[in-house]
Amino acid sequence: MAEERRQKQCSVVLPTESMKAMAESVGVGQLQEESCAALSEEVSYRIKEIAQDALKFMHHGKRRKLTTSDIDNALKLKNVEPLYGFQSQEFIPFRFASGGGRELHFYEEKEVDLSDIINTPLPRVPLDVSLKAHWLSIDGVQPAIPENPPPAPKEQQKAESTEPLKVVKPGQEEEGTIQGKSQGATTADGKGKEKGLMRLKPRSTHELSVEQQLYYKEITEACVGSCEAKRAEALQSIATDPGLYQMLPRFSTFISEGVRVNVVQNNLALLIYLMRMVKALMDNPTLYLEKYLHELIPAVVTCIVSKQLCLRPDVDNHWALRDFAARLMAQSCKTFSTTTNNIQSRITKTFTKSWLDDKTQWTTRYGCIAGLSELGADVIKTLILPRLAVEGARIKAVMEGPVVSNIDKIGADHVQSLLLKHCASVIAKTRPLPDNVEQYRADYGYLGPMLCSHVVKARTQAALQAQQVNRTTLTITQPRPTLSVSQSGLSGSGGPRTPSIIKVPSSLTLMSPRPGTPSQPSPPATKYIVMATSAGAASTQQVITLSSSQSASPVTSTVPSATSTLQPLVKLESGGGPGLTGSRPLQKYIVVSLPSSASSSLESKSAMLPTSISSLEAGMKMDRSDSPGASTQSPH
Amino acid sequence: MAAVQGGLIDTEEEKDIKTEPSSDGCGNNNANDGRLHNASPGTTSSGGSNKPAAGAAEDQQTLLAVLQFLKKNKLTESVEILRREAGLSEETDDPKGLESSGAGSGGVGGNADAGSGDANSLLSRVSVSSSAVSAASAAPAPPKVVAEDQPDVNVVLSAYSQQGDPALYDVYYNGLKRFIETVLDCHRAELSQVFYPLFVHMYLELVYNNHENVAKAFFEKFSGDQECYYEDDLRILSGLSKKEHMRGNETLLDFRTSKFVLRISRDSYQLLKRHLQERQNNQIWNIIQEHLYIDIFDGMPRSKSQIDAMSGSLAGEAKREANKAKVFYGLLKEPEIEVPLDDEDEEAENEEGKPKKKKPKKDSMGSKSKKQDPNAPSQTRIPLPELKDSDKLDKIMYMKEATKKIRLAPETLPSICFYSFLNAYQGLTAVDFTDDSSLIAGGFADSTVRVWSVTPKKLRRVKSAADLSLIDKESDDVLERIMDEKTASESKILYGHSGPVYGISFSPDRNYLLSSSEDGTVRLWSLQTYSCLVGYKGHNYPVWDTQFSPHGYYFISGGHDRVARLWATDHYQPLRMFAGHLADITCTRFHPNSNYVATGSSDRTIRLWDVLTGNCVRIFTGHKGPIHALAFSPNGKFLASGATDGRVLLWDIGHGLMIGELKGHTDTIYSLKFSRDGEILASGSMDNTVRLWDALKAFDDLETDDFTAATGHIHLPENSQELLLGTYLSKSTPVVHLHFTRRNLLLAAGAYNP
Repeated sequence: MAEERRQKQCSVVLPTESMKAMAESVGVGQLQEESCAALSEEVSYRIKEIAQDALKFMHHGKRRKLTTSDIDNALKLKNVEPLYGFQSQEFIPFRFASGGGRELHFYEEKEVDLSDIINTPLPRVPLDVSLKAHWLSIDGVQPAIPENPPPAPKEQQKAESTEPLKVVKPGQEEEGTIQGKSQGATTADGKGKEKGLMRLKPRSTHELSVEQQLYYKEITEACVGSCEAKRAEALQSIATDPGLYQMLPRFSTFISEGVRVNVVQNNLALLIYLMRMVKALMDNPTLYLEKYLHELIPAVVTCIVSKQLCLRPDVDNHWALRDFAARLMAQSCKTFSTTTNNIQSRITKTFTKSWLDDKTQWTTRYGCIAGLSELGADVIKTLILPRLAVEGARIKAVMEGPVVSNIDKIGADHVQSLLLKHCASVIAKTRPLPDNVEQYRADYGYLGPMLCSHVVKARTQAALQAQQVNRTTLTITQPRPTLSVSQSGLSGSGGPRTPSIIKVPSSLTLMSPRPGTPSQPSPPATKYIVMATSAGAASTQQVITLSSSQSASPVTSTVPSATSTLQPLVKLESGGGPGLTGSRPLQKYIVVSLPSSASSSLESKSAMLPTSISSLEAGMKMDRSDSPGASTQSPH
Repeated sequence: MAAVQGGLIDTEEEKDIKTEPSSDGCGNNNANDGRLHNASPGTTSSGGSNKPAAGAAEDQQTLLAVLQFLKKNKLTESVEILRREAGLSEETDDPKGLESSGAGSGGVGGNADAGSGDANSLLSRVSVSSSAVSAASAAPAPPKVVAEDQPDVNVVLSAYSQQGDPALYDVYYNGLKRFIETVLDCHRAELSQVFYPLFVHMYLELVYNNHENVAKAFFEKFSGDQECYYEDDLRILSGLSKKEHMRGNETLLDFRTSKFVLRISRDSYQLLKRHLQERQNNQIWNIIQEHLYIDIFDGMPRSKSQIDAMSGSLAGEAKREANKAKVFYGLLKEPEIEVPLDDEDEEAENEEGKPKKKKPKKDSMGSKSKKQDPNAPSQTRIPLPELKDSDKLDKIMYMKEATKKIRLAPETLPSICFYSFLNAYQGLTAVDFTDDSSLIAGGFADSTVRVWSVTPKKLRRVKSAADLSLIDKESDDVLERIMDEKTASESKILYGHSGPVYGISFSPDRNYLLSSSEDGTVRLWSLQTYSCLVGYKGHNYPVWDTQFSPHGYYFISGGHDRVARLWATDHYQPLRMFAGHLADITCTRFHPNSNYVATGSSDRTIRLWDVLTGNCVRIFTGHKGPIHALAFSPNGKFLASGATDGRVLLWDIGHGLMIGELKGHTDTIYSLKFSRDGEILASGSMDNTVRLWDALKAFDDLETDDFTAATGHIHLPENSQELLLGTYLSKSTPVVHLHFTRRNLLLAAGAYNP
């Protein structure tokens, strides 16, 4: 092979056509073929020479990229005037064009209007060179800080989980102690797989250092504790710290167990915290989560479709949690779904199945629809739109029929607004004009007229945004509405007594009112959560103004979710407090128990929870029956 | 072009054949030189008649072959000329006539010049233009070896009759290849060394004789056989396909001016010689005589791994004599300093609460420095600057710090503090720390030099002259008063260079800073006024590296012009010029005793130069790529070198031997540093890692039996992984510089490339 390459090296010569083209470009027409050949050989040789010298400059410049200045310096060595004007860019894109049997690579030089240059504001001055120190190693051990690369790169984590037997450690740093540990971990993993039949959830037992145990304790306590500032910090740490992979199994267990227990306890706040932890874990770029999806996905699905998530389903805003979890699910489908694990199709199946079931409760129904609609426009188009009429009839039965229960009515109301919200944008894109109410009624049944008005609204909004895009102010105007909503949401939590509990749903609502633009990426929205929660200065006056404004405009696509979340929030201050505090001891019990059972978590936990175990199991059963996704999604 | 010169080529060819017998051993390059510039047949034939009288036994076949060849090619005119000149009658094969005519016309001259022939031919090779004169005036003569081996001359002669046919190069090379492949295993590795230089010279001959296509075919056919570490040179060669290119090509000049050195055992050499004589393979034999220096040794042939360890440089291995000179690698005696340590030391002792333990330690240190090292040069071998009071203070500080130094060992690895240069935009080219680790200097591609203070103490300028005159010079804190508080800042920028700054070095007393740049100058900056004091001009090309002597005052610089220069700060012209490298000097380092200077080069060799005499006292070969990092061990006995091939090699200076190879890095090594006591070697590389190696163990394994020392044949331990103590990966930050603080904390520096 080397020989082949060298042959190439030997024979690479610029084509004679290039010589002709260059000659033409400087005004020499009719260059003879022979002179072209002679020229091209000479030029090729000189170019090679210069390139070799330029490489020297690159090496001494301690770079891997050859730059134009290297070429200039090489020319200077040969006493040739360097080429001026090629300094500006690090990367000069060559354009490729072919046609007429000729293939050309050329450097696109646009004609620049001088007045444009003069009139544009000066670019920002580049940052000056600065010096920053960090510890690369402390007594021979590399600390896991953001300045250092993650101790185990994602590929290695992947290799460990997919091929535990032949884990190679290329350039592994912490040879001595940690390597041994991780090897132990992988073997444990292998054993777990063998016992897969007996144990549904195989888990590896890592030994954590004292520091890691402390960290774990701190983080988990902060995540489910009462101080919102601390929680934000903890979540930030989970989302960014590179050295967490060893604690990942713990976190995963913590979340799945936490969800299991708290679903039974109907502890909405804790479920929300746990979902935020899932989100943070997913945001961490250094973690290889695939290995723990079997624990995380059931937990998330539970939070989407569980029959009951809170103590007072009529007033608590568990809908926001369902929305948030649904979005998490969609995100994990997007990132983790492969042809082998088929996460997305399995999830879709699960949702559809329980949605189609007539006996499903409105809460679960809402969750299924939310979960499906978050998966994207295609899913909505193929799965939800055809069933709009059926669903509309069911809603109509609740809304206009004899009053069965208040809870059902609220549920139906939520499902309705959810369907309207998600379907309207899709229909607006796919359905041709005009929007005829009768036609809509014929197509979609009971929901038709409302859908029609939503679609009209969505269309006008889209048109407006298109205009805004033209004015290039879109980027600025869009965050603003969300921000104002966030403030209002926060202000709703103004009550000083239970700030932490209420703040969370408010931040959740932050994400849900995406103002009718599916094109808007979700990451920016998630960012605002952090801003909003940490910004946390609340004033009650804003609540009043906002709620009034919401009542003034009841049917906008963005606001309904906000109102629906806001109103329970205000009420929750009075009612939700005691119930939540009542559940807190149990929640804390879990937190403490996990880190102490560091070596063998499951056994010790089951041993330590003898009193609650019966209720737990009962809850599990309920949970399973409620959410088929949870039971079917433990394949690993 | 071809059409116009068609006739010319014919005549040239015919001249080829005629001149060939004349040039005998001294290579057809010379003959061609002559031909190129003196196109008149008269001159060439006069040169061509220099047939040595030594060729007593005439070979009919040679002449017949020539004649037949000429006839075959229908070169009737030249047949005539040859006949006339050789005195051959029609259809005659009268050997005597040829001989006598040859001897009569120029044989005497040829013999007389036998001694100077080498020099002559060398000269002619150095410059193409002058070669015309030399070829014409001084008749080239056979080299000594040929003259010694009388029977060879015939063979040599006959070989040249074949030269006209470039196709035979293939055959020759293939024949040799087949021979070496069939030879006994023990000799094969040694003889294989011949391939590369042979290949290069044959290719160059072909190119030189305008057989472009044959040369290309030859290159394509055999370049794959060459050792992979010659790839860079082969790439350069591959680009070279025309005679015109050869002028001014440095690599080529290197090949022609310097003999490729091979070390071959006597047995293997005899084998090769016999083979070539049997086959009358004189083309190859000529090249071997001409361009190769075969260093024959008695003893066992070397193994493949042994050869591979030492080869790779541009001009082959070092000759054994080259490393025989005595090197005083010991350290100089530390100057005795009256220790006013006591009062300050007491404080330290009180702090630690163990006053008794420290005293014996100090004594032992004192006695160690008093002992005279037998390998140390005399104190006054080169004049060193006298210690100033401030230097003494610094020494005291150093000794105090040294007592707090951590003893490193494989179990107690140093902590590493990494200084990242942010927003450097790929522009960081050089970094240096002061010995006391208080300042960092960075050289940048935008021609600036920046100095940072890493201690809370800010950098201040001295006040202007007008302000200085106002100061009370008698006051105690005059040194403090001369500083201008208004200029205090954490970093200072030094402007002056007009090209990227590739080398940077602090003076030991922290008053000066040296920087070398692409613009060909070395600049001396004052760290009191933060201004340029001197620009040392001498290098006309980029200066790749510069370094202050450990004793200050002297500094060394080396660059693209292949010459290392030794300067003194108060002379604007260099004190010494060290010439000998065949390619750019890429890095320069002073020996801890300031008596020697090591230079690493793109020709993949390291040379050690004696500052006093200016001689090259050591040549180390073995790297397979340009050398970018050098480090002397603190005791002065060993040298470590790192190159683009990602390997660190360890050298014993006293014996002139390679003693270790540390493999692990995957990219160019830009920095090497021994810990203060020499237990640990740290290497920093382009592959974003810092690696720590167990230097003590590497040096302990050293086998210093007489045989190894005498022959220079080393058996490298295979297990360099055992010596690797740690690998620390940074986040896309190539490690440009490493420095051990006086307390053995490792500082690393590099620019973060997002």
